This record gives sequence, structure tokens and C-alpha cells, in this order.
Amino acid sequence: MILRYLLEKEFKQFFRNPFLPKLVVAFPILVMLVIPWIMTMDIKNIGLTVVNHDSGSAAETLIRKLESSSYFELDGVEQDYNRALTALEYSETDAIMEIPAGFEKQLLAEGGAPVQVSINAVNDTKGTLGASYLSALCAEFSREFAAGNAQAMSATVPNIEIVTQNRYNPYQDYKIFMIPALMVLVLLWLGGFLPALNIVGEKEKGTIEQINITPVSKFMFIFAKLIPYWVMGLLVLTVCMLLTWAVYGLVPQGSVWVIYLFSILFIFAVSGFGLIVSNYSDTMQQAMFVMFFFMLIFMLMSGLLTPLRSMPEWAQYFTVINPPRYYIEMMRLVYLKGGTLADLQTQLWALVAIDAVLGTWAVMSYRKRD
Amino acid sequence: MANDNVIEAVGLTKRFGTFTAVDHISFSVGRGEIFGFLGANGAGKTTAMRMLCGLSRPTEGGAIVAGCNIVSQPEGVKRNIGYMSQRFSLYEDLSVKENIRLFAGIYRVKEREIAPRTETVLKRLGIYDERDTQVKRLPLGWKQKLAFSVAIFHEPKIVFLDEPTGGVDPVARRQFWEMIYEAVERGITVFVTTHYMDEAEYCDRVSIMVDGRIGALDTPGNLKWLYGAETMDEVFFRIARGAKRGE
Repeated sequence: MILRYLLEKEFKQFFRNPFLPKLVVAFPILVMLVIPWIMTMDIKNIGLTVVNHDSGSAAETLIRKLESSSYFELDGVEQDYNRALTALEYSETDAIMEIPAGFEKQLLAEGGAPVQVSINAVNDTKGTLGASYLSALCAEFSREFAAGNAQAMSATVPNIEIVTQNRYNPYQDYKIFMIPALMVLVLLWLGGFLPALNIVGEKEKGTIEQINITPVSKFMFIFAKLIPYWVMGLLVLTVCMLLTWAVYGLVPQGSVWVIYLFSILFIFAVSGFGLIVSNYSDTMQQAMFVMFFFMLIFMLMSGLLTPLRSMPEWAQYFTVINPPRYYIEMMRLVYLKGGTLADLQTQLWALVAIDAVLGTWAVMSYRKRD
Repeated sequence: MANDNVIEAVGLTKRFGTFTAVDHISFSVGRGEIFGFLGANGAGKTTAMRMLCGLSRPTEGGAIVAGCNIVSQPEGVKRNIGYMSQRFSLYEDLSVKENIRLFAGIYRVKEREIAPRTETVLKRLGIYDERDTQVKRLPLGWKQKLAFSVAIFHEPKIVFLDEPTGGVDPVARRQFWEMIYEAVERGITVFVTTHYMDEAEYCDRVSIMVDGRIGALDTPGNLKWLYGAETMDEVFFRIARGAKRGE
């Protein structure tokens, strides 16, 4: 069986490479241990300046409440709104809350009082989240105030309270959301880049010539190139899942076998793509740049960082042929919600179809003669 | 005629855009012959050889090599030939033994035959002690010998050698030609390009390419007589002088 000899060669070359085995071990560990702490959308320590026109104790209480929250950091209490605005313009503070004169009096008389919030929304997420944290804290303050001053208040305001239950990620920890996606990222980069540099590397060294002169079939040659990345990818995935369990205490809610099944399909797709790029490239440099271009698109249009549903419609159509999209959907569903294979029929068959196309293309684009 | 020719080229042509690298060449090579393929740099030797090996598709014309059509059955050609490229192209990060094993396996040499035959070949080459050395640590002369052994390990009908002795010292060159003669004795036809005119003398017949065409084709003795020359060097100089393509 020719395949055996080719595989022997591929594995020997892989392990004799001075750099690749180290990369394959270090990359997933680094990504899984470091990135979840860095890539977080939780907003903390928002700089807040309060402009206080009221001298009553209610305003004092509100300010102390905001100060003690971990979301805000009090940058100062001003008397003058314009000075606070200047601070905002110089990015010395992120948000301004203006408490009007007669705040406490109005609270007691009408059961509610307006405060004005100005927030730097250059970073949209920070702005939106900051505003909602502020209003949540104010609502909490007004409830407490109402409870403490029940007799003094002449009016009661009916209050609708919304109680939210956070399913599947009860503490709304962004890490939990990102970790399965980071595994996808690791497989996408290792499984895509390494094969992309492989065949073109043989072209640069000239060794492909000695292969092309033999009667080895294109299919066999490409298949032998693909199998090592399959093995490597599944091992890397296992390391990632073990690390996730050990460090973050997160285990898949659904079946591990579903994850492995999809991983086999996914690695085939990205490695196949890498080999296609390798076949069309003449130099490693060229392969590298082409891969960066596609990897970036694959990553940004996969739903890894931003939800697909928020993308314009044409972009959503594009994601239909984007392999990481299906793999990420599967990962989050199985890891966090306990999805089963029956829930993932669309994703499964989409990946099978993509594999068929990319696999055929990888074999066809390998030219044994020019 | 059910002839004994292992290569039969007719009007073989290769164009790259408007540049005609090989221009309608026709020739034949008989079984067991050492056929020298000479020409200045850029005369089209390598291009012609790559077409004959099924590595490059001819623009026009064609050839039958070892009974297979190079246009329609390139993989059939490949099963029956060995090839040693101008640039060393074995795997530098595999050992001597591993390289032989890989290519023997690809050519479907039986698993149990590989080890004993490898031993024989390496002993004959005098590099048996280096069998487990990674190829990148071998001197060039030894690499060339190894490349040649890999090219003939599966006992092909024809072996194509593209400047096999380039950059090698005279002693190693002489040894290399002894290896070529041994291969011929075993019935392998040798198609060889070279820039060394003393090597041209070792060939049964030589063709000299000039600007993509065959300028002359005969035995070294006849060519010398025809051009009234003492040496092949002189013959080559007379024929190649007319070349328009420089380096």
C-alpha cells in the first residue's frame, strides 16, 4: 500500500521539523489559557463623573451606591456640567451623570426624579452596557429609597420589574461563550496554515519534482498530506477540551462524540482548503498571504465574535459556504446547551457537502505536469 | 516495424507564450543505448526531457516512451522510467535508507524486497555506513549517487539523467559513469544531458541541441569525422557557435 510509505514520510518529516511540533503543542495551550481572560466583552471600571446640583442626602446615597459598584470608578464630583464635559472630551472620564437641583424633594413628592446621563459611545458596547448598568443601579436606588421613605412619600409609582433568567450561562460569563469558539480558532489556524505551507514547501525545495515523476496518484498524494493534520487536529482538540475542563471546569453538555464527528469533518475542510492554496502557490510567502486573507474572512464571517443574524443579508448568504460557521454553531450548541446530532442535521450535511467540494478541488488542483 | 526503440519522438514542441523552447524535434533512442543530450544553457534540453518524462505537456507533436504515449498516458510513462533532476530533489530531512524506502514503496517494490535490495545498492555505492544519516549531511557527490540509485531502484526501462554530474569532482564523475555502465549492462536505457564533453565521448550517440532544434545527431566518432574535429569539445563548439540564444 503506497499510502503507508507516504504517511511514514509525512510523520517523520513533521517530527523532525525543528519548529512545528513545538508550535502544535504550545499554540493550543497558550490560546486556551490566556485568551479567555483577554477576549472579554464584560465592561468593568467605567470612569464616571457626577455633576451634583442637589445638596440632599438622597443624592449622596446615590453617589455612594455608584461608587461601590465594581462597574464604575468615580472620577470626581463636579458642580459644573461643562467642566465634566471637558473631562469627557479629553477621555479622562467615560460617563457623566447630572443630578438636578431639588432631586430629593422631587423624589419624595413624585416618587421619581430625572437624572441626565451623558456617555462616551465611541466604543458602542462600552457605551450601551455602561448606560444600562447605570439605569439598573438607579432603579435599584429608587426602590431602596422608596422602601426607606414609605411614610414620607406622598405618591407611589407602580413598578414593573423584569426578572431575567440566564439559561445555559447563568453568570453571563463571557469566557463560557468564547471558549468553544477559541477551540474552533485553534483548529482553523493550525489545520489551515500548516497544510498550506506543506506542498508549496516541497515546491520550493524541489522535492515535489521527484514525486511528480513517480506514478503515485494525485488522490493518494493529497490524502497522505491530509491524514497527519487530521490526527494532529484531533489531538489538539482533545488537549483543548481537557484544559477547559481542568482550568475552567467546563465540560460539554452534549456528547463528546458529536464534537469529534464534526471535528473530523471540519479539519478535512480547512486542511483541504490549505492544500488548495498550497497547490496554486509558487512560494511559501504567497501561500501565507493568501491564507491570511481567507482566514480573516472565514473567522470574521463565522459568528465567532459577532452574531450572524446581525450581519447584512448578503453577508449571511456568504456564511452558507463558510465551514467555521457550522462548526462554531455545533460547538456552542453541544458544549453549552447539550445539543444532540438530531439538532445538528443542517450543520452536518452542510459540512459534508463543503468537504466533498474542497476535497475534490484539492485533488484536481494538484498538477503532476505543467 | 515492431522496433526496439524505447523513445520515439516526433515533432516534439514546447512553447511558453511566444517563446519556442523546443522546436519540432524528432529522434529515436534504441534499447540499451546511452543517449547523450547536449546543448548550451537554454537550448531546451531540460524542457525536452521533462516532456519525455511526462512532467510537461507538449504544445505540439508527441513521443512514445517505453511503449506509452507521453500526451495521453503520462502516468504509464512514469511507471517505466526513472528520473534524476538537475537540482537535487530527494528529501533532505529523511535518511538515505528512508529515501530509498519511500520511493521503492511508491513504485510498488515489494515490502520484503526493499530492505535486502537497499543493502545491496548501498554497499555497491560504498555508502552503506551512512544508511541512517540524514541526506542533508551528505556531500554533493554522494547525494548524486544516491539520487541515481533511487532513480534506478525499481529497475525502469529508461533512466533520464539531467546533468547528473554537475558540480562534482572528477573522481566522483568517473565513479558515476561506472554506475551508468552497470545500469546499462542490466538492460536500462540511459538518456543523459551533460556539459562535459569527455562524458559525451562515453555515449553511444549524442544529439546537440541548438536554439530548441537538434543541430546534430550521431555517434561521437562520426560527429568528429563529419566536422573534421579532434575532440567532441571542438564539435560542440562548431555547432553551438551558431546559437542565437545566450545565457
